[in-house]
Amino acid sequence: MNLTLRIWRQTGPEDKGRMVTYQVEDISPDMSFLEMLDVLNERLTLAGEEPVAFDHDCREGICGMCGMMINGNAHGPQRGTTACQLHMRQFADGDTIDIEPWRARAFPVVKDLVVNRNAFDQIIAGGGFVTAPTGSAPEAHAAPVAKAEADAAFESAACIGCGACVAACPNGSGMLFTAAKVTQLSLLPQGQPERYTRVIGMVDSHDDAGFGGCTNAGECTVVCPKGIPLHTIGRLNRDYLAATAKHTGRS
Amino acid sequence: MDLYTEGSPVTDTRAPDGPIEGRWDSRRFAAKLVNPANRRKLTVIVVGTGLAGGSAAATLAEQGYRVRSYCYQDSPRRAHSIAAQGGINAAKNYRNDGDSVHRLFYDTVKGGDFRSRESNVHRLAEVSVNIIDQCVAQGVPFAREYGGLLDTRSFGGAQVQRTFYARGQTGQQLLLGAYQALERQVGLGNVEMNTRHEMLELIVVDGRARGIVVRDLVTGEITTEFADAVVLASGGYGNVFYLSTNAKGCNVTATWRAHRQGAYFANPCYTQIHPTCIPVSGDHQSKLTLMSESLRNDGRVWVPKAEGDDRDPREIPEDERDYYLERIYPSFGNLVPRDIASRAAKNVCDEGRGVGPTRLGVYLDFADAIRRLGRKSIEAKYGNLFEMYERITGEDPYEVPMRIYPAVHYTMGGLWVDYDLQATIPGLFVIGEANFSDHGANRLGASALMQGLADGYFVLPNTIANYLAAGPFEKLEPSHPAAVDARRTVEERINRLLSVDGDRTVDSFHRELGQIMWEHCGMERSAAGLRKAVDEIRALREEFWQRVRIVGDADGLNQSLEKAGRVADFFELAELMCIDALHREESCGGHFRAEHQSPDGEAQRDDERFAYVAAWEYGTEQPVLHKEDLKFEYVHPTQRSYK
Repeated sequence: MNLTLRIWRQTGPEDKGRMVTYQVEDISPDMSFLEMLDVLNERLTLAGEEPVAFDHDCREGICGMCGMMINGNAHGPQRGTTACQLHMRQFADGDTIDIEPWRARAFPVVKDLVVNRNAFDQIIAGGGFVTAPTGSAPEAHAAPVAKAEADAAFESAACIGCGACVAACPNGSGMLFTAAKVTQLSLLPQGQPERYTRVIGMVDSHDDAGFGGCTNAGECTVVCPKGIPLHTIGRLNRDYLAATAKHTGRS
Repeated sequence: MDLYTEGSPVTDTRAPDGPIEGRWDSRRFAAKLVNPANRRKLTVIVVGTGLAGGSAAATLAEQGYRVRSYCYQDSPRRAHSIAAQGGINAAKNYRNDGDSVHRLFYDTVKGGDFRSRESNVHRLAEVSVNIIDQCVAQGVPFAREYGGLLDTRSFGGAQVQRTFYARGQTGQQLLLGAYQALERQVGLGNVEMNTRHEMLELIVVDGRARGIVVRDLVTGEITTEFADAVVLASGGYGNVFYLSTNAKGCNVTATWRAHRQGAYFANPCYTQIHPTCIPVSGDHQSKLTLMSESLRNDGRVWVPKAEGDDRDPREIPEDERDYYLERIYPSFGNLVPRDIASRAAKNVCDEGRGVGPTRLGVYLDFADAIRRLGRKSIEAKYGNLFEMYERITGEDPYEVPMRIYPAVHYTMGGLWVDYDLQATIPGLFVIGEANFSDHGANRLGASALMQGLADGYFVLPNTIANYLAAGPFEKLEPSHPAAVDARRTVEERINRLLSVDGDRTVDSFHRELGQIMWEHCGMERSAAGLRKAVDEIRALREEFWQRVRIVGDADGLNQSLEKAGRVADFFELAELMCIDALHREESCGGHFRAEHQSPDGEAQRDDERFAYVAAWEYGTEQPVLHKEDLKFEYVHPTQRSYK
């Protein structure tokens, strides 16, 4: 396949950035999208041009490190698929492909397609955990969990923290990410003692980190490579309301 | 042999004597403690945030130490433990199927082909049960039965169902548990988290590990960081093969730099080739994807009986198929350990019976399981793996058998550590895959997660106190000569890499190195091949330093520069791996020497000559071999049989 790529190039946070056009030839449909970018970068290097910086690590769709807007879609055209798992057979010979970084206030661009997602870590640090210091745990079978609840918790726990939800959201909100963790822990008995302080802590951290508010646009769940459902946000809202009514954790 | 010299044996492993069941207790009792009020005066650097590093950093901070944590990724949650799929072993015996701490200990020693230290393995089996409790308390969503209790499944090399799992994402869920505990400590101000930072050198002062040189990957700034102890949890070195199931960024730099500073590197040739990975599809391939070993619970492995049979697999009748694992190993069948399954796949492909376009593949077929259990049940167990397979290959494994082939997956070797997980440099501790300690010559499935968390949650936080009790040590400044030297080494290396300005890319060298290693130091090794490999590696390394091209500078994010530094270290490690493989004139576990096999093609150990850990000391001319003899008081070494 021969393709035209239009890629966002930005030397650093201060640079304004621009789209640059490249041609790539002889791309195999069995290549992954990132392997196609590898081919481009090899060529750029040999030509003495700086390769395109992009984040990636496991290349099997689980670490959450990769992420880019491909033709305006977070992670590209295939549903339920991270950029690293997207394969070139999803494109046709002669296509023009636009590649841009995540764009959100909370995710400033570092270079080219690389953005800073530390804001997600801040949300977790704000309460996305169960306080269970090592050594203090009771026997694992002390608290059985109904299979349906465990499965539902797992569904939310599948979030890989890639940030596609934020990039797709018209408000740059990180609410799906936040709600996924809130939902996982609020469904499990281990998460109950901190259930209401957690939701307030995480939402506060979310707002402090520069994410926008959620207006239920629903774009997030469409692009989520792990299919985190929108109703997790409903659950977060209910817990948040209950928490503020209880006056726990907030004066 | 002309490639190395031999030094004095390693005699003190700090493992206590006495009955094996009581050794961990007695070590903990004998170890010095640090008073809680004194802990906040002590700083520990932890490099790496996977299961081992993340759990250690969180636990040390909970105990009151000041922790400084480093990872090269943009978040500690990305560490490659996240990709582990199948499960985590623990001797809970919830199934009432005859499991016990002793059986897990026994299976692990045997699975490691009698090349691991009994005391360490027993401790691992003991703390395995605490790990499950800890993870459940953190809210890890393990798979459960309808009664609400934890589900378990079988894994290779065991005849009991002791593997706990969270669908095919066990590593992810366990890592997120550790990550959340770590972020809690970050939020409390007890851990200083440094993402996108790479350790490039170890700082040793007066014989003690006292700090590291790090490069901020975003700004390019190089700094010296100090602590009272340094913990390396930087993972394995499988990427020396270029193609492996490791994440692209996984590298040996942290441990290799420590090795060059004096830490012994143990058993580097012990690498695990995982039998169930998606086969290579072409030259563009940048990494290989694992299909969890758990698939072998329900999938049946086969190839056509006839050579070069090109028919659609669904059209090949039963009596023309060779379910070779079930045929050769009737008692373990498709659940033989990884080293055995991988070699068997290689053998049938060598016979010309491999399948797929490259003929380097075998079928993993779920047709029987789908008939027996229904498609729904298979979807529930393996749905995410089947989807991943389809995305990569474009084939639907519910309809057509999967094609799989072995790939480099894990490295049992690593920095040598004593029973306290301390390296030969005092104050340097090494945990998780980065050390060599528990898996001998072959790791059993679902044991990497167990070891990472055992080290990080339960072992290191106890043993490191014994060392820290002598601290705090002298306060250091960046102007200290040892720090200045270490920093200069790093800067000179970076400048040298950038100044070559040659005509080949880093990846082209890495790929070529990987081909040499796969050919000569992969699933089957021979003396002639290994000698050839050493020559080829040396020549290629020479060429690398003449011809590598890195565009851009060191003053900001430069991913080519990062890769080049890692590949430069892989060259040095690769040579040591080949020398280790050459010197070990026996076959054991993942190390299979063509010259040393039984009449039916199984690995043939030589316990008389090689029942030892090969701990290598760095030498500017030649590496120096130190042997740690292995004693087996509880599990008597036998020819490993899974028939």
